[in-house]
Formats: sequence, C-alpha cells, structure tokens
Amino acid sequence: MTIVQRRKWINRLALLMSLVAMSFGIFCLAWILFDVLRLGIDGISLSLFTKMTPAPGDDGGLLNAIVGSFILCGLATLIGTPIGVLAGIYLAEYGQRGWLGGVTRFINDILLSAPSIVLGLFVYAVLVAKTGGFSGYAGVVALTLIVVPVVVRTTENMLLLVPNGMREAAFALGAPKYHVILSVTMRTARAGVLTGILLAVARIAGETAPLLFTALSNQFWSLDLGQPMANLPVTIFKFAMSPFSDWQKLAWAGVLLITLGVLLINIIARVAFKEERR
Amino acid sequence: MRIRGAYQRPYFIFKSTARTVRCDRETMSLEAVGAVGQRIIELDVMKNTPPEDPAANARRSQLKDRLFFYVVRGLAVLTLLTLFGIIVSLVVASWPSLQKFGLSFLWTSDWNAPAEKFGALIPIYGTLVSSLIALVIAVPVSFGIALFLTELSPAWLRRPLGTAIELLAAIPSIVYGMWGLLVFAPLFAKYVQPALAATFGRLPLVGELFAGPPLGIGLLTAGVILAIMIIPFIAAVMRDVFEVTPPLLKESAYGIGATTWEVVWKIVLPYTKVGVVGGIMLGLGRALGETMAVTFVIGNTNLLNSVSLFSPGNSITSALANEFSEADPGLHSAALMELALILFLITFLVLAFSKLLLAKLKINEGSPVG
Repeated sequence: MTIVQRRKWINRLALLMSLVAMSFGIFCLAWILFDVLRLGIDGISLSLFTKMTPAPGDDGGLLNAIVGSFILCGLATLIGTPIGVLAGIYLAEYGQRGWLGGVTRFINDILLSAPSIVLGLFVYAVLVAKTGGFSGYAGVVALTLIVVPVVVRTTENMLLLVPNGMREAAFALGAPKYHVILSVTMRTARAGVLTGILLAVARIAGETAPLLFTALSNQFWSLDLGQPMANLPVTIFKFAMSPFSDWQKLAWAGVLLITLGVLLINIIARVAFKEERR
Repeated sequence: MRIRGAYQRPYFIFKSTARTVRCDRETMSLEAVGAVGQRIIELDVMKNTPPEDPAANARRSQLKDRLFFYVVRGLAVLTLLTLFGIIVSLVVASWPSLQKFGLSFLWTSDWNAPAEKFGALIPIYGTLVSSLIALVIAVPVSFGIALFLTELSPAWLRRPLGTAIELLAAIPSIVYGMWGLLVFAPLFAKYVQPALAATFGRLPLVGELFAGPPLGIGLLTAGVILAIMIIPFIAAVMRDVFEVTPPLLKESAYGIGATTWEVVWKIVLPYTKVGVVGGIMLGLGRALGETMAVTFVIGNTNLLNSVSLFSPGNSITSALANEFSEADPGLHSAALMELALILFLITFLVLAFSKLLLAKLKINEGSPVG
C-alpha cells in the first residue's frame, strides 16, 4: 500500500466514524422520543387533565401538577424576564468597558451552567429554612434564579448584534441614552430577546432539582403560593420511583407532556427567530 | 409609540422620517412620502401642549437617563450578588459540618446519619467517575458530530441536523432519568454489560473495572446517560470554534493535497485547541452538576466495595436529591450542605476555566441550551 492509498483509507475511516457519531446522536434523540411516545401515550386521556394526582391504586390525573407547573413557570418567567433583560442591557450598552461589566458577564455565564440543585438548596437555606416551610414562592424564586442568567445572556448577545450605526444615528439626533436603548436598540433586538425568554421557559419547564426542596409537591389541589405546590417534574420523580404501576403510567404520561411541551417551545423559538433574521 | 412635539426634540424627526421611508418602500411616490411625513409632524404638533422650556426638558431627560442607568446597573449587580449569596449561605448552612469534620470530610467514606458520622468520599468519587466516563464517551462522539456538521454535511442538511442535536440538550433531565432507569438500564444489563465483561473484563488491569454482576444501574450507566446529555453542549462549542478557522488556512492545506481528515486533525484542531478544551470543560461542568438523570440510574448507595464501574454508587447530586428532604436539621443537613458547597466550588472552577479558554478564542457559548 502506498502512502497516498494509506492516507486515503485513513480519511475514509475517519469520515465514516464521523458519520457514525452523527448517526449515534440522531439515533439517541429518536430512541428517547420514540420510547417517551410509546410509553406515555397510554396514559393520555381526558382524566389526565381533569383529575387530581391519585393515591396508589386509585384513578386519577395530573391536573393539579399541570396547573402548578404553569403557575410556577409563569411567575418565574414574569419576574425573571425584566430582571434579565435590564441586566442584559447593562452588559451590552454600559458594561463593555470597565470591571463591573466584565465580572458580571463572567459570573452570569457561570450561573448559566451552575448545578440547579445547588440553586434549590440556596433558596432552601435563605427562604424555606427561615420562613419555616416549603412554599410555591420558594419554588418561584428558585426557578427565577435559572431564568435570569439565560435571559441576560441572550439579551446581551442580541443587543450586540444591533449595528452601532443605529445607535449613533439616534444619538446624533439628540436622543438621551435610555431612549436610544428602549426605542431603537431593544426594538431591533426584540425577536432575539423573545427567543431567549422562550428558551428560558423551556429550560425551567422540566427542572426538577430546584423544586425538590422549595415548592416540594402537593398531592392535592392548591393555588396558595404560601403552601407546597404540586408541579409536574417533582410529581413525575415521585411517581416514577414508586413501585405502583398506575403511578408509573401517570409518570410516563407526564414525561410525554413535558417533553412535547419543551420541544415545541424550542422549535417555535428557533423557527420564529429564523424568520425574523431574514 | 406616540410621537410628541417634533419641534422640541429634534430626534423625533428621525422617527417620523423613518416612518415615511418605510412607507416609501411599499408603494408611495416620493412626493406622497413627503406629504405623509409633513402630515405626521403637523399632527404631532397639533396634539401637543405648547413648547416647554428646552432646558427643563434636557434636565428631565438627563434625570431619566441617570435613573435608567442606576436601575440596569443595580440589576446587573444583583446577578453578581446572587453568586456571593449562594456561597455565603452554603458556608453558613454547612458550618456545623465544616467545623466538626474539617478537611477530613473530603476523604472519609463513612456516611452514617444515626451515628452522625459523615464523609464525602463516596459521593465525590461517584460524581467524578460518572463525569469522567461521560467525557470519555462524549468527547469523541461530539468531535465526530462537529466534524460532520462543518466538513461533511451537505449545506441543506446542516441546519436540521444541528437543530436535532441541540434538541438533545433541550430534553429535560428527568426524562433522561426515567428513560434511563426503565428503558435503558434493563437493556444495558442484558446486552452491553455482559459483552463488556466478556471482552474488557478479561484484560489484566482494566478487567477489575468491568467485573461484578450486571445490574443495569450503577456508575457506568450514569456515565453513559450523562454522555448523551452533554454531547450537544460539547458538539455545539466544537462546531462553533471549528467555524472560526480562517478559510485561507484550510484552503491552503487542501491546496497542497491534504485529505479532509488531515485538514481537520492537523490544521483545524490545532488552531482551535483552546476552544475545544473550553467546550469539553463546559460539558464537564454540566455533567458534574446534573441531578435528576443521575439520581435515577446511579443506584444510590453509600457503599463502595470494588472499583468496578458496574457497581452502584452515589453522586453528590443524587445524595442531595435523595436525602436532603428527610435529613434532620442538625449535622446531617449541614453535611449535605457541605456536599452542595463542594459541588458548587468544583463546577465553579471547571466552568471558570472553560470560560477563560473560550474567551481566548472570542467565542460565545451560543444559545443557552446548546
């Protein structure tokens, strides 16, 4: 075998391995989605959306968990979004030079990937242990801590994409800086920031670890944020780990709901942003 | 947005003209545009109260400007303070344990709640080993995926395939956990583990790692599931850094007859080395802190009698998820809080390192989900 032939063979082998790696990734996605669909579809019925979480052996659904998840995620997004957007504005528009911007950017990127269970314990230590009880509020705070870094990161990235010429034009016409930011740069970056918010929602929708020690869960219907609050992820965790087959069936149905919801949000966010960029 | 008194603040003319220009693009002639612009300004003039003192106006703008600045800076500082808040509160909460066990907490392996003896060796070992297994699997696969996406894939497939890989990162970890426990682990125990024991298990030194009964759950299973979860993160960073290689470098290599593989291995990879390591560190940071998926499949036992990767173990995160809600408020809680502190510090270091490396290549992590 000549050296040229050998190089060609090595090349073919490497490219084949690359194809195998790609197929492995796609295969995993397909495998997981297929199984989630196969095992979850059985549990999907009307009572899933109309009945409360049951005791083992009883008939029931996931209504309180679904509603609880919506409330927790909704509130966390409502609180986290303005904080994240404004902090992101600071990083992009004021913090390009100077130490505060740099340090905040660095810390924010660390918080972005920080273990969510530690955030849950933090909220436990400062809220639950102090006020003496698990509560929906604590769950909202824990989820907010996850939303903020995501929104900060995307807001800054999107604002930095806005051409400087637009800022300069607005400044040249005498606009004060806050006005330039709110009605020129933020407006241009709006689609991207919305994508970031959607991705943040998708991220917290399935978060379990930070809720374990904050919102806990609740077997019953409760809209009181001062009490432990039912939510899908913790309910799934509890039901999946249990030996009862009807609980496991409900858990699979819950997994199917969460997976579909999260993937749907992700796809919407990506498609919407793509259109906007054109 | 309402347009107010174009005459008082010149910059509003900018907005009016912007509006007319947009009309122009659609259908209108230039004259019509001019007329519309004039009309808008007139309307605005009519709507508004008489002109104010320009100096007062400027002062008010300045005040709003300051206020806005303080608000956004305050919220940025709040993000910063969160980190310190986390560290301080964890130190405070774990103080009894820090005081009682000192540094020996790190290398003792007793974990006995009734006897109030706590040592973190087994959870730390479980966390590190499962994350290392994840890296060993995920790094080559991610490299292959990034190579495929940047060099091999036809252009029209690049986006859908990239999105599909990113969606792997979007699947919540509890889904991975439940799937791992109820679907993956039984298959793994039936087919993969016996095969591993029959091949690698017979080798002299490595054999110990693949000994013991194939339970399905354990460190190796946790590692494999973690690998699937971090592939999208590492692959996304690798793809992004591969794309910053100057085309000139690659074209020169192709020009002197290099194969695709040689270009990637000898040109692209050395050029982007720093970023690739940064991406791997990012994946490691994710793996270390992953909770739910690991909790489902690692086996949750604080006994570790062999070096076998088949044996069940515990990780920091799974110990927290399982024990914390039932822990007594005293030393047990404090010891768990100390585990959380250790985990936070390890991931902090890993992620900080990753961030520094990536900053060297001036690459952002990209979208937050991968």
